[in-house]
Amino acid sequence: MELLLAISIGALVAAGVYLALRPRLFSILLGITLVSYAVNLFLLASGAVLADAAPLTDRPGPWPDPLPQALVLTAIVISFGMTALLIVLALRAVNERGHDRVDDEPDKGAGEGAHE
Amino acid sequence: MPRVLLAIAVLLPFLLALLPALLERLRFPPAAAAGLVAAGTAALLAIVAQRVVAGETVLVALPWAPTIGLDFALRLDGLSLLFAGLIVGIGLLVILYAHYYLSDEDRSGRFFAYLLLFMGAMLGVVTADNLLLLLVFWELTSLSSFLLIGFWRGAEEARQGARLALLVTGAGGLALLAGVLLIGDIVGSYSLVQVLAAGDLVRADPRYPLVLALVLLGAFTKSAQFPFHFWLPHAMAAPTPVSAYLHSATMVKAGIFLLMRLWPVLAGTPEWFWAVGGVGLVTMLFAAYVALFKHDLKGLLAYSTISQLGLITLLLGLGTPLAEIAAVFHVMNHAVFKASLFMSAGIIDHETGTRDMRRLSGLARHMPTTAALAIVAAAAMAGVPLLNGFISKEMFFAETFALSPPWSWLMPFAATLGGLFSVAYSARFVHDVFFGGEAQNLPRRPHEPPRLMRVPVEILVVICLLVGLAPGLIVEPALRLAATALLQQPLPPFSLTPWHGFNLPFGMSLIALAGGASLYFARRYLWELHEESSVAVSGRHITEALLRQASSASAALHDALQRGGLRLSLLALLFVVLAAGAIGFGPGGPVATRAPIVADVGGWLNLVVVLAAAAATVLMHRERVLAIIPVGVIGLAVSLAFVKLSAPDLALTQLLVEVITVLLLLLALYFLPQHSPRESSNPRRLLDAIVAVAAGAGSGTLAWAMLRAPGETLSGFYIEQAKPGGGGYNVVNVILVDFRALDTLGEITVLGIAAVAIAAILDGIELPARKLDWDGRPWANGQSLLLEVLSRPLLPLALLVSVYLLLRGHNLPGGGFIAGLVTGTAILIQYLAHGNAWVEARLPPHYTSVAAAGIAIAALTGLAALLFGAPFLTSTFGYVTWPIVGKFELASAMVFDLGVYLAVIGVVLSILATIGRQHGFVEEG
Repeated sequence: MELLLAISIGALVAAGVYLALRPRLFSILLGITLVSYAVNLFLLASGAVLADAAPLTDRPGPWPDPLPQALVLTAIVISFGMTALLIVLALRAVNERGHDRVDDEPDKGAGEGAHE
Repeated sequence: MPRVLLAIAVLLPFLLALLPALLERLRFPPAAAAGLVAAGTAALLAIVAQRVVAGETVLVALPWAPTIGLDFALRLDGLSLLFAGLIVGIGLLVILYAHYYLSDEDRSGRFFAYLLLFMGAMLGVVTADNLLLLLVFWELTSLSSFLLIGFWRGAEEARQGARLALLVTGAGGLALLAGVLLIGDIVGSYSLVQVLAAGDLVRADPRYPLVLALVLLGAFTKSAQFPFHFWLPHAMAAPTPVSAYLHSATMVKAGIFLLMRLWPVLAGTPEWFWAVGGVGLVTMLFAAYVALFKHDLKGLLAYSTISQLGLITLLLGLGTPLAEIAAVFHVMNHAVFKASLFMSAGIIDHETGTRDMRRLSGLARHMPTTAALAIVAAAAMAGVPLLNGFISKEMFFAETFALSPPWSWLMPFAATLGGLFSVAYSARFVHDVFFGGEAQNLPRRPHEPPRLMRVPVEILVVICLLVGLAPGLIVEPALRLAATALLQQPLPPFSLTPWHGFNLPFGMSLIALAGGASLYFARRYLWELHEESSVAVSGRHITEALLRQASSASAALHDALQRGGLRLSLLALLFVVLAAGAIGFGPGGPVATRAPIVADVGGWLNLVVVLAAAAATVLMHRERVLAIIPVGVIGLAVSLAFVKLSAPDLALTQLLVEVITVLLLLLALYFLPQHSPRESSNPRRLLDAIVAVAAGAGSGTLAWAMLRAPGETLSGFYIEQAKPGGGGYNVVNVILVDFRALDTLGEITVLGIAAVAIAAILDGIELPARKLDWDGRPWANGQSLLLEVLSRPLLPLALLVSVYLLLRGHNLPGGGFIAGLVTGTAILIQYLAHGNAWVEARLPPHYTSVAAAGIAIAALTGLAALLFGAPFLTSTFGYVTWPIVGKFELASAMVFDLGVYLAVIGVVLSILATIGRQHGFVEEG
């Protein structure tokens, strides 16, 4: 199970980082969403990971680590706020500039054919 | 009672600092306001001083940040009292003087506000009993000095001088901070009560040389000792009252004060003798020599101040108790005569329009009274008998014989030479300005200043005379008090008399007077010699060159990293993270000791889903609507993983947030382009892919290492205390609303800020409502009858569920966050099914108020604990028996959770409604 979790985290980070390096705000948003999934899983993995239990002390133990869970819970809600803020920035950018590019640096290597 | 008064006296100038500026608007003279505040402080100090005179040390201590050893602890002993007296006394005179000095165009309200700030900070330095507190005030004096030097902000010179002073004294302050931290580490306390008693401990510590070097750096930069003296002449760009107050009488004495304060702790070693004595000696001679060649009145006074400070430092370095007494005495004398000289220089500048001694001449005819006053003060500076400067200088000369050979002859020689120079520059000040022929081409016709502007000078000069004539009567009691507090031991016998008979020190005085006078009259030859040998490099040039290089280096780095694109900055960040991670892994992999969890079919299936969806997101990310689908799938897979990994609260939260996020993205996509064009070149995409894979591999490996490494659970305490301490079985919820409630309060506040920010970003813009989508197809128009019918009964059901989740949260998965998301989702569904108008007719959209109310409830619950004398956010719980329901637990933390619940609802709905309100289709729909 640990291996599966580690692979998932790695795959989500890789996909998220790639998307975050794209020049459009919407892609970056998708990238950050993926990275925050990975970070949440990573945080959870930092505690004592248990399968098929619950952090409820009226049930018999062993119990999983509740502290990372509490951190992740707020992180999930905060990342919603973050996503919302980013998407609104994209809205404002489109409204003012007509596009949601974040990269004003021209890519000299990109030929005409690279553009759709 | 005196202890409270002491605290009020120190805080009063801070609390009322704005008073002059505020009253200025009501046409009340700001100087009078500042004077009243200073007089109030003086009166309070005078009351407390009675205890000190009776031999007591008044101590007051309030905890401020006790965990780091910082207390608001003040002490008033003899030494503090003497300095406080100088600060408040000369402060009052300077306020009166500045009232006449500043012109009507100057914003004098602002000036006096700064001056009061400085007075408070300086009082804090001399009365602090906690070394960290002393440092806080120390930095405040640097800051207020910066504001005062740069008061005429229009002048380039003033701004430069202010910056230079702040830079040098600020850097010294940092060194001092390090020194103080070391002292605290050695002694185990920052309280002077303990530190002063632990001198032997500090001096025996191997870190003593380091402590000494750091403390001396702080003291020498502040007191303008060589080679850090160069800021003081440039600080002369300040209005003259500031020079008189800060740069002669008080602030530059802060370094001296620090050396005196820590004398029982740090002095008495060869290191102290060489470092303090050596620097003092060099400063005294060097600055006295330079002073002779300054043509600017204030420049001359600045260098003479540096030189006199060097003299005091030298006395402190000598280390004998009598030398310390002489040092304290000279601090008082110098403050008095130098402040009066600066004020005289200011009067001359004010009434003639220039401070250049090459242009000034023969002023005694036009301003005889001012001339008489300045001559007496300059004579005191030169050490002429029957004036205060003479007595302390005689004590200095006498002490120079206390050393063993070869110093027994070298030191008296150096002291006489220093005295000789000071006579020469004093003579120049007097003779060039007041005597000689009529001055030509002065900007203004010289005349006496307003009567009251002269009063401060008169008072100070009278003090010079009185102390010189009857020192035993006037200053001896204060000096004994101060010296006892400094030395922390009984005083050796000494006597203050204006006349000690014909002895060696008197001979030295005579040599200095005669030599200085001849040097002055032979000055032409000396100037020629000086012109030839003078070096152009100064500390100021070095400092400014360093500054320029630092700022151009940072600009170059900035330009390299910030080229108008996010990607480059992000790449730079990723490279650093990857490099740091690679170093962290280093040799030797993790050792597996934890028993692994066996993966089941569900786990593998989940992995496959995550991998496929992640790949799909990347591949389809340019088709924006489609890309939302795999992201949603990953969210669901993650929430399933939370279920498996024993985190039911997380699973619920993730599920609900996923629903809302997808709704949000869809709402926003209406206004956004539906596609992201392909814009990056292939090499660029390849580089990004390599970095991304490296980041993924790194974080995956790190997670793998972490999961297999043995580790103790972090949460033993929380699991044990959840029920007995927090009154709940669901440890996650108890952590959120009880143990770490402050974090949660912060978090919902951040959410609230995000909601407000979003409203602000969208405020005033009108997004174009599109009839067609970005591909030219018309939007589906019409609503789903099924959704409309089904959504109505859903709302009360969902509300019921959310109340249930909220109430049970303390013991079972649920709680404010989850319940809030459920309610939010249910209301969102109403929006989707019926449209904005329908919903908002029934439910006025005051969502930000709901969010604010939630945050307020959470905060108030925390504050309520204070009423019961418990710390902020302490919770309590008890049991009530309700009819039907039976025994039911009520915890104050549940009220907090209610606040979280409302905040989450408010934030979620205000964000989505703000975006939704831009929508055509919601309204039509």
